[in-house]
Amino acid sequence: MFEGISTQLLFGQLLLGLINGSFYAMLSMGLAIIFGLMNVVNFTHGAQYMLGAFVAWLLLNHLGLGYWYSLILAPIVVAGFGMVMERLLLRPLQNLDHLYGLLATYAVALIVEGLARYQYGSTGLPYENPISGGVNLGFMFLPYYRLWVVVFSIVTCIVTWLLIEHTKLGAYLRAANENPRIVETFGINVPKMMTLTYGFGVGLAALSGVLAAPIYQVSPSMGSSLMIVVFAVVVIGGMGSIMGAAVTGYMLGIIEGLTKVIYPEAASVVIFLFMIVALYLRPAGMFASKESV
Amino acid sequence: MQRVLFLTIVAAFAIAAPFFFYSVTLMTIMCFVVFACSFNLLLGYTGLLCFGHAMFFGGAAYVTGYVLQSTPLSTELAILAGGAAAGLLGAVIGYLTMKRQGIQFAMITLAFSQFIYFIFLQAPFTGGEDGMQAIPRNDLFGVIDISSNLTFYYVVLAITALCVFIYYRVVHSPYGEVLKAVRDNQPRVESLGFDPEKIKLVAFIISAAMAGIAGGMKATVYQFATLTDASWPVSGEVILMTLLGGLGTLTGPVFGAAIIILLNDYLAGFGEWALISQGVILLVVIVFFRRGFVGELSALKRSFLRRKTGSAGSGTPAAEAIKARS
Repeated sequence: MFEGISTQLLFGQLLLGLINGSFYAMLSMGLAIIFGLMNVVNFTHGAQYMLGAFVAWLLLNHLGLGYWYSLILAPIVVAGFGMVMERLLLRPLQNLDHLYGLLATYAVALIVEGLARYQYGSTGLPYENPISGGVNLGFMFLPYYRLWVVVFSIVTCIVTWLLIEHTKLGAYLRAANENPRIVETFGINVPKMMTLTYGFGVGLAALSGVLAAPIYQVSPSMGSSLMIVVFAVVVIGGMGSIMGAAVTGYMLGIIEGLTKVIYPEAASVVIFLFMIVALYLRPAGMFASKESV
Repeated sequence: MQRVLFLTIVAAFAIAAPFFFYSVTLMTIMCFVVFACSFNLLLGYTGLLCFGHAMFFGGAAYVTGYVLQSTPLSTELAILAGGAAAGLLGAVIGYLTMKRQGIQFAMITLAFSQFIYFIFLQAPFTGGEDGMQAIPRNDLFGVIDISSNLTFYYVVLAITALCVFIYYRVVHSPYGEVLKAVRDNQPRVESLGFDPEKIKLVAFIISAAMAGIAGGMKATVYQFATLTDASWPVSGEVILMTLLGGLGTLTGPVFGAAIIILLNDYLAGFGEWALISQGVILLVVIVFFRRGFVGELSALKRSFLRRKTGSAGSGTPAAEAIKARS
């Protein structure tokens, strides 16, 4: 099947696909968590990812704090912004039609992206690679930083999944999604939990942004185009399933990478084609376990 | 009687307008009035949030432009072809997405519009990033010369009036009532023997075709079609117009489109501020004025009238609610 295609090109694109897939997975996981508990489609997700990268850039250039500090600090800062946003904006809209929550997050995304572009222009800002060098595997050159991104994102996804599916906290979260009133009668502060959940999902987005900063340039529009692809990923994986979202993310990243080798013209649309097929075959979502909301 | 008077004033204003204002701006507003009406039909009356309506708008612009460039067909037929193509696209996408409800529908339509956008980016006939240039305005009905902007203004006005009339008829038909019922309580409509999916699909197709007419008109007004018209910020813009004007109101899209187009014109020189101000307006509308411009005005009028007749004792909230329900 791959005759005439150099192994170097093939593995190079596979790695690139895996990197992209790592971002798809982490972002769609965050989206699925927020949607699962709050029934909010977080259109600010892309902007929050971008903010993560920008906070990392600002920390480096204004406070001299490097990549490893940013990996912890940037998600906390952006999650804080997210929690404030949840309390001031999403909470009052909670009992209305869900589309208002969606549109409100879209409006915030417009404002955040617009302000970033006003301040820093549309061109990307470079961010220094914290782990330079790489290893020659014989059939391809593997930069250490890319390896780090893939490993780190897989660990993050598994930890997040364990946290939500196999801890008491996660059980509360899922229960609050099913029936918030009953969970409240057990003495659990559901609104506070929602704020924290939103913060957690936003933090995941910002963490992806920090990870992305040394690979892609830090630019105001880095989030919006990526977010639409992530939406398609979430649609394919099914909105309710956190693990489904992550697995689909990696899978589609790799498929996209392979398409670049086999038929480059289709690379930008292959994920959407998969979405169409998935919609046709499984109208309720690939990994969907319950009725679509 | 009041309505006839109102329509006469509107018609007189519309006919005289190009002598006082820049006709291209007026035509742009009308294109977006039709576009916003098509969107309001979907979101305001059916409760479907399509976040990719630009694909119909921008797609039809290309089709209309292509027809005008490569065939001698008259302009009105080319615009109609744009609408038909958009309706067809709407039928395919609607068929695939109608099963997913509520907010998922928004994500899927957004993803679809991005898919279509990438296709336009790579397809040879669209001209890629440069867009489709020098679209001619073929003679109306094959005989009337419409190359001057003033003459063409009246063509656009006629098409807009026709579209708004159709929109009005759809909303006020028995079918429109069923649409509103689907929006408010889908299971109930289903229990009455209707097929809500089919009803929504038809609304989606009508809306897509109407958005296509709007896009085709825009392509002939500016005589070029670009990728921008099919990009997601335009989808966001039409949502903003509809919400700002008033969701599910008849005249809302007119005000919403006019305000946003004029604002864009005014802010065109300020770079990013157009986008930022759109975000701020959307946020303010969502948080404080969910009924939109027209909705808030009529609510104000109602509360004013109620205060006048309030002493008679008939204006209690409960009485109002019962009256509204019967």
